[in-house]
Amino acid sequence: MATVISNERLAEGVFHLRVEGNHGGQMGQFYMLRAWGAYPLLSRPLSIHQVNDDGVEFLYHVVGEGTAILAGLIPGDTVNLEGPFGSGFPFVSGKVALVGGGIGIAPLFYCAEKLPGSDVYLGFSREAFRTEAFSSRAASLTVDVGGRILDSVDFAAYDHIFVCGPHPMLKSAQQKGQAAMEAGSRTQVYLSLENRMACGIGACLVCSVSCRDGQRKACADGPVFLAEEVIFHD
Amino acid sequence: MTNLSAKIGNVHFKNPIVMASGTFGFGHEYGKMYDVSTLGGISGKGLTLHPKAGNPGIRVYETASGMLNSVGLENPGIEAFLAKECPYWENLDTVRIVNLGGGTLEDYVLGAELIQQDADARQRAGTTAVDMIELNISCPNVKEGGIAFGIKTPAAQEVVRAVRRVTQLPLAVKLSPQAEDIAVMAQMCEAEGADAVSLINTISGMKIDVRKRSSVFNNLYAGLSGPAIKPVALRMVHQVSKNVNIPVMGMGGITSATDIIEFIMAGATVVQVGTYNFMNLRAGSTLADELLQFMEEEKIGSLDEIRGII
Repeated sequence: MATVISNERLAEGVFHLRVEGNHGGQMGQFYMLRAWGAYPLLSRPLSIHQVNDDGVEFLYHVVGEGTAILAGLIPGDTVNLEGPFGSGFPFVSGKVALVGGGIGIAPLFYCAEKLPGSDVYLGFSREAFRTEAFSSRAASLTVDVGGRILDSVDFAAYDHIFVCGPHPMLKSAQQKGQAAMEAGSRTQVYLSLENRMACGIGACLVCSVSCRDGQRKACADGPVFLAEEVIFHD
Repeated sequence: MTNLSAKIGNVHFKNPIVMASGTFGFGHEYGKMYDVSTLGGISGKGLTLHPKAGNPGIRVYETASGMLNSVGLENPGIEAFLAKECPYWENLDTVRIVNLGGGTLEDYVLGAELIQQDADARQRAGTTAVDMIELNISCPNVKEGGIAFGIKTPAAQEVVRAVRRVTQLPLAVKLSPQAEDIAVMAQMCEAEGADAVSLINTISGMKIDVRKRSSVFNNLYAGLSGPAIKPVALRMVHQVSKNVNIPVMGMGGITSATDIIEFIMAGATVVQVGTYNFMNLRAGSTLADELLQFMEEEKIGSLDEIRGII
């Protein structure tokens, strides 16, 4: 059990949760959160937004019953955390771009701390959030509201690009990475996937991802995958 | 001294808590959370002769007090299991159950033969990795086989008879709540030489996305599990227990020690815990102690005192 330090509303349906305790975690890993009893049945996987000595932070978007309960947490409430789980973003060197769409910006904040000098690109459909915090960590910050943030990224200009966002954005990033590679660039694109999960530890196989070498688990083998490994079916 | 142990044939369970197939992988993921050798048993992820990629599309959806799953028996195949997972199982001090599925009668038989051959080879080498086979004739999420064998008693009979012929390992048959008559199905299993029956598998269910005007699941229907199905499961365990003399492994929506007690009172020899593992990744580390505490409070010396009393 961890105690809530703060749970601040940043934009319509978007919250920034900070909980106490030295829980640890790497870039792109996640925790399973639970602030209720038997229902909703499943815990909620939230990626690590920031890890500090005294706590861990999450950004989340209210989309269903679980995140609605999380949104009601106030300082002093407790939440059950299991984790950190998953295989996150790699520590890389060279020129790095961090590209987030909507709530997909969540895991990139910790990446920006661990990989200083990265260019950050944040896209939002209606309302931007957390951009000031990002600007203090980014070599450059590009923000787009209502457009397509990927259009601002020169895929050939980077050694590594980390992408997290909605499904169509991930597919598009994969295609742009592929095109850059075919044009002779050596850019490696990493995608953080957001499949529905149940156990979060690799046992139940509900978050299975089709990859070139067979089925992989988003929770245990991912959520971060090399873009070229992933096969999108739709 | 309160006694939590139970027996199925010659297989000894240190407590009646067995983790259900499909919710527990092959154990090692949970083994990072707690010592899985404290469990009564583990039923591994359902295996088929050949590897299966499982179903495309959404595979899980929460419902009121339950969840639907449409994993579709994704698994590495029996040979990969024997090579990669059995070395881990060899070192576990708990009852290790292989859950065997299949698309055709031949697949079941060839699968059972492979498991038996492996068991024989390990025995010659002085070790064991598998204590029991749980024959899955009840998976609702695969188009061919699976549930098709679990509805009609004659179809199930063919599979049980054929598998019984090729393995000397203790054999449990996992029954579907969709069986035409679950008591008759269980009696058939007993007559064909099964050592136990386990029930219930998930109940076939559905979820519609009203905005997309389509089923959430590519496979249309999916399997319902969790507390929502517990009353149905308990009734079926009771009904089967009253109609067979072989042990029953009871399951469906168990989330507490008192749930376990209910299943034992309904006639189960041991229980299986499935979906609760997702609600509480450490479920297996506390349930036995909770059970012990309840039995001490109620002055129950052993599960035999309350088994099938209803």
